[in-house]
Amino acid sequence: MVNAVWLFLLVTGIMTAAISGRIDIVTTSAMEAAKIGVETAIGLVGVMSLWLGLMRLAEAAGMVRALARVVQPFTRWLFPSVPKEHPALGAIILNISANILGLGNAATPFGLKAMEELQKLNAGKDEASEAMCTFLALNTSAITLIPATIIGVRVKAGSANPSEIIGTTIFATSCAMLVAITADFLFRRAGGTRR
Amino acid sequence: MKVIAEISRWAIPAFLLLVPVIAYLRKVKVYEVFVTGAEDGFWTAVKIIPYLVGMLVAIKIFVDSGAIEILAAGLKPLFNLLGLRHDLVQIIPLAIMRPLSGSGALGVATQVITEHGPDSFLGKLASTMQGSTDTTFFVLTVYFGSVGVKKYRYALKLGLLADLTGLIASIYIVSKIFG
Repeated sequence: MVNAVWLFLLVTGIMTAAISGRIDIVTTSAMEAAKIGVETAIGLVGVMSLWLGLMRLAEAAGMVRALARVVQPFTRWLFPSVPKEHPALGAIILNISANILGLGNAATPFGLKAMEELQKLNAGKDEASEAMCTFLALNTSAITLIPATIIGVRVKAGSANPSEIIGTTIFATSCAMLVAITADFLFRRAGGTRR
Repeated sequence: MKVIAEISRWAIPAFLLLVPVIAYLRKVKVYEVFVTGAEDGFWTAVKIIPYLVGMLVAIKIFVDSGAIEILAAGLKPLFNLLGLRHDLVQIIPLAIMRPLSGSGALGVATQVITEHGPDSFLGKLASTMQGSTDTTFFVLTVYFGSVGVKKYRYALKLGLLADLTGLIASIYIVSKIFG
């Protein structure tokens, strides 16, 4: 599916630019995006190093395993393919917690650590494992209790009650999470559609 | 809400304090182990580059070309057919942008909020949508890229399904409570 979507974005984008007589935009956008890609990745180096260093410390102290043990009742049915007390589970929980608290900077390194641990358990190395799909379904639909950025925008726009949307946001994101977990369960049981 | 904000404020300092202290008490050579772990940071970030460049180029061309407006115009009849309130069509560009680009979606949401007012129906809907879904493409690209996974299997479908659910749930709840 990712191949089809990637091609779709490219083809429709270039066609639209061509038809509207703004073909130059394709060149500038492509070059600029390539640069942004590198800058984004390099921009991650600092926080990645910091959090991966701390993660290694937490692991060496046995804290990641301890955390994995605490959350085992949840992770056992969400990630049946991951051995209990595996460090991947600790990293997954740290990632989801950071997301819930709106700590984006810490969430990404924890998430990438979780992916690294899950990859160690993965048989097909260039193919996503079931546990990875479950983790990303959780991650992309996870609840942020306080959507700080958008509240900031609302304050700036002069809202009478900027945080009024917290309740509706939590409702919508809970629905998304519920559907994602259910669908993931069904995909897993069906053996997954391979594409 | 105040409590959660306080937890968010204290979470990182607490983590920075507790992890090294507990590790030290358990006889870990704290600085040496920290540095060994931190070494991975660079390569993990570098590994993401090809994936990020590939995805961002396609997304930026799609967004900058104005293809979103054309797609949104194409979806309008569908919204009317479903009998939804007609001002909802203004939200289509945000719905398409949300999974593709975090900064792009924030830009569109900000525009909707300033144009219609933060306390209008559309302003509240845009705010709810922005907070309730994630930039699925970015997350998948970065996370899978960091471990060299190229075949996403059903992960993209799951992410987009979650986004679609978030969109429908946002429209439902905002209409019900603020409509």
